[in-house]
Amino acid sequence: MCGIFGVMDKRRQMMDGSGIRQALSIMNERGSGEGAGYAAYGIYPDYRDCYALHVFLDNACESKKVVDATLEQWGAIEHDEAIPTYDQPNLRAPCTPWRYFFRPDPSLAPGSATPEKDVITNLVMQINRASNGAEVFSSGKNVGVFKAGGGGAWPEAVADYYRIEDYEGYIWLAHNRYAASNPELWERPDPFNLHDWSVVENGKITTYGTNRRYVESFGYTCSNFTDSEVITYLIDLLVRRHGLDINLAIRALAPPYWEDIDQMPKTEQDLNRALRFAYGSATMNGPFTIVAANPDMMVGFTDRGKLRPMVVGECGDCLYISSEEAAIRAMEPNVESIMMPAAGEPVIGRVAP
Amino acid sequence: MMVKLVTIDAKGMHYTPLNQQVRRAVEDGADEVVVQNVLGQRFIGDGLKGDATIHVYGVPGGDLAMFMSGPTVIVHGNAEHAPGNTMDAGKVVIHGSAGDAVAHSMRGGKVFIRGNIGYRGGIHMKQYEAQRPILVVGGSAQTFLGEYMAGGLLIVLDLDGAMKARGIGSGIHGGEIIIRGDVDDACLAAGAKKVPLTDEDRRRIAPVIREFAGDFGLDPEPLVNADYTRIVPASARPFAGKYTWE
Repeated sequence: MCGIFGVMDKRRQMMDGSGIRQALSIMNERGSGEGAGYAAYGIYPDYRDCYALHVFLDNACESKKVVDATLEQWGAIEHDEAIPTYDQPNLRAPCTPWRYFFRPDPSLAPGSATPEKDVITNLVMQINRASNGAEVFSSGKNVGVFKAGGGGAWPEAVADYYRIEDYEGYIWLAHNRYAASNPELWERPDPFNLHDWSVVENGKITTYGTNRRYVESFGYTCSNFTDSEVITYLIDLLVRRHGLDINLAIRALAPPYWEDIDQMPKTEQDLNRALRFAYGSATMNGPFTIVAANPDMMVGFTDRGKLRPMVVGECGDCLYISSEEAAIRAMEPNVESIMMPAAGEPVIGRVAP
Repeated sequence: MMVKLVTIDAKGMHYTPLNQQVRRAVEDGADEVVVQNVLGQRFIGDGLKGDATIHVYGVPGGDLAMFMSGPTVIVHGNAEHAPGNTMDAGKVVIHGSAGDAVAHSMRGGKVFIRGNIGYRGGIHMKQYEAQRPILVVGGSAQTFLGEYMAGGLLIVLDLDGAMKARGIGSGIHGGEIIIRGDVDDACLAAGAKKVPLTDEDRRRIAPVIREFAGDFGLDPEPLVNADYTRIVPASARPFAGKYTWE
């Protein structure tokens, strides 16, 4: 099941985390109290030019030394500190959330069009693959993920553990996990983040194995074993490295059925056939609704058979994407329009330049 | 006789105490229960018996009136997924739109929706002897309308001309889907076929359309006299050759 929520202010006006906490809390029935999380863009204006690395450390001594050493190889640490947390009665914290503000050395990715992001990608993979008691769970500029798993991790408990109302962002994503498979670890609940992109998902990708082998063939390492990890890497691959427009990227991930393509005008048929042939291994099957964001946009889309809900609301400069309409109204009682887009009609909201 | 009215303020209330209050009001003999400030509370009116009328103001959560047998639930707003799920008797009237799987497995009574519905409307509606559920949608329906339908009557009036449903009647093996206007053959799923609406069919659905129009203040006669496409099962076993071979 799972409940997901996203809100974006097109004019970058800041919202503190109390609103999305309220929205996610309305959808508690969609979760099982075993994981929740939030992602926010624009929360670190004082370090806007640094990559903010959020890391779960098994402890602040041995585990941290490994991260420090890795980061110093790949660039310079501007500042680092424990992420402020506040004990919650029913939430057991098995690790220490830490944050680094980091400047990658672009000369270490020669020949890359996006050297800083390649460095960040490499070091995130390196730290997470090594399983040395440290997990990087968000790594973007001016963005941060706050999440927790295990028993008692209801949306409110996780929000209060990090006091997300103390953060102000212009895009927020949230996820309330309904545990259906893996045992819960703190790094597992959505949102999943890799530098620019954050992803929340409600669903189960049945093509996980194929999709994972595909992204791993491009150098990504999946160490989290979650759908959102693979989805994030697929989006990063298609948009940043292959240069696809977000519309085309979503069309590659959730393409129209062949029989629908047969009905299209010739040029559209050719394009859609080419996309399906080129990205057959990136195509995701199974039930899902996905909300993804980067610093400039928020997008939502569903599987082609529309096996998960997606409700979209608009009010003033704000765009809302949610599993349930009530959650949008909990955050914005005066919402001006409510829509339920069809499968294959992605919702794309862009921040004004 | 005085109508006994009970008002409940649902603001900030979890669905469990809310539904306990609704149930208690009906058990205590309320004719009308007005529930104010509803926001996402699920399961309202579930398993409720009797003939009370429940007015819901706001947006109720999923599975509204599930297993309900007798009462009337009127929603002054939109509804989420599966209102009328496995409903047995009574009536649900929704003045807004509803989400996916409306009238899921419904087995009796009526669900009337003024606005649009999401995917898989009327999935696996069924009928048995005198039990014959009716779903009427004023606006448009989405794809997989009447999926695996086993019985009952499903009418879509498409009042806004925005019908986008494809794969209509996928796996239908009982009941009927009646859609105002023409339906392209390409929008029908395997197992469904179009047949003309006979005068007898029109006489049969006219009272349902009049009741729907009355509930929402619409002019009934143009709707009663409009052109309709009737979609019925092509066979009683649409997937006979799909999963088993003889």
